[in-house]
Amino acid sequence: MMVITNQILWLALAIILAPLASGLITKVKNNLRLRQGQGILQPYRNLWKLFGKEEIVPANASWIFRVTPFVVFATSVAAVFFLSGDLLAIIFILALGRFFLALAALDAGSAFGGMGSSREMFISSFAEPAACLVIFAVYLTPGATWSLAHLLAGLALLIVILAETSRLPVDNQETHLELTMVHEAMLLDYSGPALALLELSAQIKQLFWLCLLVGTICPPVLLPYGFCLLGLIIVIAFIEVGIAKYRLFKVPDLLVFSVILALLAIVSALLGV
Amino acid sequence: MNLLINLKSLVVLDPLALFFLIVISLVSLPSLIYSIGYFKNKFTLTKFLSTQLVTLAFIVSMLLLVIVGNALAFLIVWELMTLLSYLLVLTDSEKEAAVGAASIYIIMTHIGTAFLTAAFFLIFRHSGSFDLAAMAAACQTMSPLLRNWLFIFFLIGFGTKAGIVPLHIWLPYAHPQAPSHISALMSGVMIKTALYGLIRFVFLVLGISSLWWGITVLTLAIISCLVGVIYALMEHDLKKLLAYHSVENIGIILLGLGLSMVFTRLNLNNLAALAMIAGLYHLINHAAFKGLLFLCAGSVQKGSGTLDMEKLGGLIKKMPWTAAFFLVGAMGISALPPLNGFVSEWLTLQAFFSGALKVPGMLALGFAVGIAALALTSGLAAACFVKAFGITFLALPRSQNAEQAKESPASMLLGMFLLALSVVGLGLLAPTIFNLLATVTAPICQASLQTSNIFSLGLQPNSTISPLFIAILLGSGFLAAIAAYGLLQGKTRLGRTWDCGYYQIGSRNEYTATAFSKPFRISFSLFLLPFRKTEKVKDSFYHVKSFVYETYTTKIFKKYLYDAGLGLLLHSAKRFKRVQAGSIHLYISYILATLVLLILLVKIL
Repeated sequence: MMVITNQILWLALAIILAPLASGLITKVKNNLRLRQGQGILQPYRNLWKLFGKEEIVPANASWIFRVTPFVVFATSVAAVFFLSGDLLAIIFILALGRFFLALAALDAGSAFGGMGSSREMFISSFAEPAACLVIFAVYLTPGATWSLAHLLAGLALLIVILAETSRLPVDNQETHLELTMVHEAMLLDYSGPALALLELSAQIKQLFWLCLLVGTICPPVLLPYGFCLLGLIIVIAFIEVGIAKYRLFKVPDLLVFSVILALLAIVSALLGV
Repeated sequence: MNLLINLKSLVVLDPLALFFLIVISLVSLPSLIYSIGYFKNKFTLTKFLSTQLVTLAFIVSMLLLVIVGNALAFLIVWELMTLLSYLLVLTDSEKEAAVGAASIYIIMTHIGTAFLTAAFFLIFRHSGSFDLAAMAAACQTMSPLLRNWLFIFFLIGFGTKAGIVPLHIWLPYAHPQAPSHISALMSGVMIKTALYGLIRFVFLVLGISSLWWGITVLTLAIISCLVGVIYALMEHDLKKLLAYHSVENIGIILLGLGLSMVFTRLNLNNLAALAMIAGLYHLINHAAFKGLLFLCAGSVQKGSGTLDMEKLGGLIKKMPWTAAFFLVGAMGISALPPLNGFVSEWLTLQAFFSGALKVPGMLALGFAVGIAALALTSGLAAACFVKAFGITFLALPRSQNAEQAKESPASMLLGMFLLALSVVGLGLLAPTIFNLLATVTAPICQASLQTSNIFSLGLQPNSTISPLFIAILLGSGFLAAIAAYGLLQGKTRLGRTWDCGYYQIGSRNEYTATAFSKPFRISFSLFLLPFRKTEKVKDSFYHVKSFVYETYTTKIFKKYLYDAGLGLLLHSAKRFKRVQAGSIHLYISYILATLVLLILLVKIL
């Protein structure tokens, strides 16, 4: 019982802190661009505003559209819950949320939604093998001793994270141009509390991936967990500012590169380097 | 030579046979219930009754196949099953396509049967009996070379029926032509009997004697997975799409069985059992969800009159039950928790993971390729079913047919409901089913695996997961979100889909199945070799009235393997035609020459 209570407390903390990570990344990005930028608490204000708004549901849509925000939220929370458990299962759980989101995007009958849905499934089907191989590499290198395999797996995972959290060079959260949208295109017909729930879910999922990377490669013995997390957030902000968006058909190349890095990690784990 | 048939050993009722009896019954019963509504107002009473009779005979032949303990009887029942299913593919024999599909099917499976017959008689030369136990004993004393050949014969023979790439060519023709519940039976169950044969004859009769057998099966499995799912993504006919997914899923099952062969050879008995449990688990799962999906496709066809996804859409409002059942099947096949496909794919990955530390390094690297392939396959399958469900059932209807679609009668819905229930049940009751499968695999792999804890399924101490627990967790997250939403929610009203401020959008603005799969078509263009046909329809020299645009992909196996082979055959036949020139003198000299040759041959031997 104690364990469960503990887990639920951690979960609540993760949900509360998730928007902060987004706020921090935006803040660092803005500062790097020599802008003052919004405050780091802006994501909270956005959520609060959206939760208070009226919701408009497209008349074409079915119950899939209504149910999806709750499913996506449940899968993001479950992913965080299993962070200390079986990592493979999390990949499948996140796939459940993505499946529903992609369906909901098609449900409204808009071409934007279809585009987002198709692109999301396209990118994620290449990200999944990379993620599984990273987990495999980590599984092959048990123990706390830090090795080359950890570094390679971490780099591979970083690329997966860029894809999974809709960041540059795979996707761009700051734009609503149809040529560049992926995740945003799927949310285009959502509004009000449903949109807030989906954004919160995306932020929770992002925090999950960041924690996974920190847990995988950062030497927690040397540096405290929170410090690593902050470092990772700054690294991602640097990547986003320093790189342009890839053409959609170049994205698989990037993810295949991540697969190769993961394979190298496996090789070095098998060789015991 | 004593009597070929020993009555006592004619029937084998071991756990393996019982498992397959369950798999066959699981799909057969709902399919039969479904067929009542499906054939209503379609056939005359005589045709209805005769079709039902053939269907029953087909089911009985499959049931018999898995319990016969004699290779000759196996071969006879095998042939019976093939012929009966051939008849069933021809049910709509007015359609030209059905006749062509049935021909491809029967030719392909007979090539397979020829290899099986050859293998059985090769063993018979050593054993002197068709009794399975005697054959197994004889195989132990054979030369390794002969056993290798026998393995190849069995692989080709059963692989043709199972639809392993490149022998999969008949599936996308035969499955779509048969009535939907027959497709469900053929794809859900019949191709599995080939895997039964593979386990029965390779694992139990022949015995795994080389490591490369398992590696070959694993390689073919990886190829089948990827080829099946990539072709499925390109398909816009609902039943053809499902047929290609059968190729993919047979691949996933073979990943488990191939791994099991590798582990058996390396004497890792517990791992061999785990891998085989994963394979068999996926086998029964595939029977459930593929049966369900084919029944749903039939319901769509009956309700709307078409299977072309580009002409469908919005069916979730016209056929809510069919849509819900299809969604369950789609989630199952896309390996989404907490449904059944998730459990078996997770188990397969577990088998890869657990084995990696215990096999030689190169093999472990091969396992990494297997893991990547399985993950890619499940990602692509999810994409394919977002397309299949999203384009068919969601948004606005794309044609008059879809607009006027009607929900299917109760008997069809009942059939689909039963299978949907088993998709959910096979997921949530995973530990129970794992234990049952452990008793099936225990005698085959000489291992004993049990799950003691309901929350743990795998062998690793850290991999504690249970679909039931995941379901509870997801359910509570879902309810918590609804509660929060209810507390905070303001007003909700219906509005228009965002149309960029232009006129109200219609079904012509929707994304199509072709557009949805375009990124995949471009990305896999090296393999798919896509090409397009464009045509301008002009009503005057200056004005283009409309534009015809069609995209195609090249089926490379058909074009470069089968069509090329067929061309060679026809070409050589043309050459041989010269021999038959029409001169009676020439023919008489042929007879004389043959006679002399035979006499010489007898003298020599």
